[in-house]
Formats: sequence, C-alpha cells, structure tokens
Amino acid sequence: MIPTILAVSLLIFVIFSVIPGSFTSSLIADGKGRNDPKVVEQMNKEFGLDKPVYQRFGSYVVNLVQLDLGQSFRTRQPVTHMLLERAWPTMKLAIAAMTIAILIGVPLGFVAALKPGSLLDAATMIAAVSGLSLPQFWLGLLAMYVFALTLGWLPSFGYGDGGIRNLILPAVTLSVAPLALLARTTRAAVLDVMSADFIRTARSKGMNAYRLVTWHLMRNALVLIITTVGLQFGSLMGQAVVIEKLFSWPGLGSLLVDSVSMRDIPVVQGAILMIVLWFLIINTVVDVLYAVIDPRISHG
Amino acid sequence: MRLRFNLLFGGAICLIILTLGVFAPLFVHHDPILDANLMNAELPPNADFWFGTDSQGRDVFSRVLYGSRVSLTVGIVSQLINSCIGLLFGISAGYIGGRWDEFVSGLTNVMLSIPSLIFALAIMAILGPGLGSLLIALGLTNWSWTCRIARSSALSLKSQGYVQAAKTLGYSDIRIMITQILPNMIGPILVIGTLGMGDAILAEAALSYLGLGIRPPFPSWGSMLTDARELIAVAPWAAIFPGIAIFLTVLGLNLFGDGLRDYLDPHMRTRKA
Repeated sequence: MIPTILAVSLLIFVIFSVIPGSFTSSLIADGKGRNDPKVVEQMNKEFGLDKPVYQRFGSYVVNLVQLDLGQSFRTRQPVTHMLLERAWPTMKLAIAAMTIAILIGVPLGFVAALKPGSLLDAATMIAAVSGLSLPQFWLGLLAMYVFALTLGWLPSFGYGDGGIRNLILPAVTLSVAPLALLARTTRAAVLDVMSADFIRTARSKGMNAYRLVTWHLMRNALVLIITTVGLQFGSLMGQAVVIEKLFSWPGLGSLLVDSVSMRDIPVVQGAILMIVLWFLIINTVVDVLYAVIDPRISHG
Repeated sequence: MRLRFNLLFGGAICLIILTLGVFAPLFVHHDPILDANLMNAELPPNADFWFGTDSQGRDVFSRVLYGSRVSLTVGIVSQLINSCIGLLFGISAGYIGGRWDEFVSGLTNVMLSIPSLIFALAIMAILGPGLGSLLIALGLTNWSWTCRIARSSALSLKSQGYVQAAKTLGYSDIRIMITQILPNMIGPILVIGTLGMGDAILAEAALSYLGLGIRPPFPSWGSMLTDARELIAVAPWAAIFPGIAIFLTVLGLNLFGDGLRDYLDPHMRTRKA
C-alpha cells in the first residue's frame, strides 16, 4: 500500500509540475491582457515554484510524510485543514450509498439466481443493465425535479443541518450503479456456486434447502461480492464528485471540482491523494476480509 | 435466446444512433447553435420543436442529434487510444516478462487505484476544456483492464506450440507479438473496448456537465444538462431528452458488449471483476 501511495503521489506531482505552462500566470491571468512579470515572480517565490522540479518534489514528499499538503493558492489555508473539513460529508455520502447498494443489490441478485430464467430474473437483469447505463447525475436531476421541486418531500440541495433528509436524494442517486453491478455480480456468483460439486453433494445428502442457501452458498458467493464492493468504491468516489456538485453537497468532490476550475493545484493534488488513500484502505480491508471468510486464501 | 437478443438489440441501438449522428443535418430543420431565438425560449415539445426548446430558444431535438457526434467521437477515439496503450503494454509485458513486466504490472496497479473519472478530471484541469483534451484525458485513463487481459493471454499464449514454432523459424519478437499473439486475444479485447466506450461516453457527459468538457454553445449531451439544471422546474424536457440519449447509447453499447462476450465465451459471466 505504501509503495502505491508513493507512486500515486509521484504520478500526480508529475502531471501537475512537469507540464509546460505556469500555474501562477494562469492563476492571475483571468484572460485579461498580459501578466506583470514582477507579480509572477513574487507569487512563484511565495509558493516555492521558482525552485527546480527535483527540489520541489523532494520537499513535497518530505511534507507529505508529515501530513502537510501545502497551502491553497486561493484561500492560503493549509490544504490538510480544508480536506479534513470536507472529508466527513463525503464519507457519509459514500457509506450511505454503498449501504443502500448492498442492502438492495445483493438480495435482488440472490433472488434472481434462485430461479434463473424466470420473469423476476429477467426483470432484475434488465433493470441492472439499465442502471449501469444511466448517467447518474441525470437520474439525480430528475429525482430532484420529482421529489424536491414537484412533490416537495425532500430538500433539493445542500447539507442542511447534516440530517438524513438532505442525505436521501444524493445517496440514493449515487447508489444506483453499484446496486446494479452488485445485483449482477451476486447473481453470477450464486449461479456459479450452485453448479459446484459440493452443493450437489450437500443436496443429495438431503440438506435443508434453506440452510444450504444461507450458509454454503452465501459464504462462497461472499468473496466475489466483497471484491465487487471494494472495487466499486473507486468509481463510487468518482461519481460522488459529480453528484456532490449536482446537490451542492459540501464534500471532497465539490471541493475538487471547484479547485480544478480555479486551478488551485495544491488542493487538487491533496483531494486526489485523499480519495486514493481511502480507496486503498478499503481494498486492504477487503483483502483481510477474504482471509476471514475463506481461510484457504490466506495460504495462497 | 437471450444471447442473440443482447447482441442484436444492442447492435441495432448503436447503429441507429450512429446513423442519426452522422446524418444529423438530414433529420433536423433547425440549426443547433445559430437558431437561438428568445421568443421561442422554453417551449414544450410540439410539432415544430419535437423535443421542445432550451433557455435560448434553440431546438433541443437538433442539439441532441448533433450532440451525439461528440459522444460517439469521444467514445470511439478515446477507447481506441486506451486499447492501443493497453495492448502495447500488456502484450509486451506478458511476452518479454522480467523487469519490464514488473514495471507494467506496477503501473497498472497504480492506474487502478486512482478512480478513472478523477484521473480524467485532473488531466482536464491541466489541458483545459475542449474535445481534444477530452480525447486525451479519457484515452489515457482507462487502459488498465485491457492491459491486464492482454498480459495474461500473452503469458499463456507464449508457451503454445505454434508460438514456439514461429520462434524456431526465426520470426522476430515483434512479428510474433503482432501476427501470432495479438489475433488470439482480439475477442476479449473487443468486449472490453465496447463496454469501455459506454464508460467513456458517461465520463464525457459527467465532465462536460461539470463544465470541464465541451464548452457551450457547442452541443454535447453533458453540457446540455448543465444548462438544463437551472431551468429544470420550468423546462424539464431540456433535461429529459439529452439524458435519454446518453442512456440509450450506453445501453446499446453495454448490451452489445455483453452479447459479444456471451457469444465469444459462454463461460465468462462476471463483468470485469
């Protein structure tokens, strides 16, 4: 995990530093005439951009180890501070969305797999492929129109007092794609396990169908389901950026988008690093969970 | 039955949308950009404006048709770039092995740990908005799966008899990689490519929606939705139709990709994972 984090920070640093064009000039240009060279020089000095690239990368890594991500070009606040302020809303949104996806998607895929080829199975799979093909922010826009503007049941945007009412629309919107994928994966995993030899053996020994399903099947399908959940967190974080912007949710994603349009590079770097870090932590947890569910894996 | 259905239905949707996009001028009778007329602003769908009009009185129908050109270009070109990068890295890593293989595998892991939409966002931040930047940003960020598949098939094909035979005949490594190894993995690569096109179209819509992709007034489904958000209460049709267009296109590609996969390999059921 540590080498990956280092590699990612190097990659992000390279993308933002080696590419031609000065950030300072684009920062103060605003499309109006030429820049005053003195101002550019002064700002470069202030942000340490006058030093050679390798020195900058050196101090970037040293600061990173001390959890110092530098200072925002715009607000002059420490980036770490800005990120921590925004972290909780995003975490809340991501966890809520993934919980909805698991609670609905897994049972749906499970039920569909029990009677493959049935009407329910077909309907679930059509819904799943549709869910994967939808632009989620569009669905969010429509949900906003129906539930907030037309029916007035829920607030249309913002964080409110942090309560659940403001969370419902963004979380449900964000859950659609992982939900659809989980339903598909669960169905495939259960079908796969059902055709395995040990299930046939258990059946022929007269094992109760209910126990069979809940224990043997679930335990074996769980590995695939958990992998999907871990991997899906990545694209969930990506989609969260758009959904946060749509619902004016004060999380990391909207901070990232705002910083990108203002070219506030330290904040962009920091926000991306933080999102990658979360993703890696979640996948490490997933690896640990494998070994708990299926002890064979820890030996492999 | 279902197998054929996916392939045919998905393919049909893709073909129809491609035709509508390529021959857009034949189907519309309003210019998507120039025919702005505030007298016609926010009209609901009617006989003249089939999908209604937007805040500046432009025809939503013609903007949706012209917008498909952006989405299809982005989907096809960026996915071609991705496939080329993935194949180049994957085949060479699997075939050559050693240090190069370790480097490529490491790079792939790093790529996989950055959510691709966020990576693309970062690249757009540097390159600035526009079609060219979109093609680069989306073409550089989604090749990891192609690379993985290409690497593992190259690895297993390497020890096959006919590859060994080609070696004995004195074929150069590059010739073996292109003529012996590449053709044998084209099926799965096509499947990933088709599904990836759908992802690229969704990503383009999201980036344009955020104001980082195609800039107005040029019609793109994503940027049309940015405008539509402001007037969702008065002109919902301006939001509904571009969204349906994205949905149908991506659905067509996903169905076609799924169908293609089932057709090529009935045993490979799970998607990507």
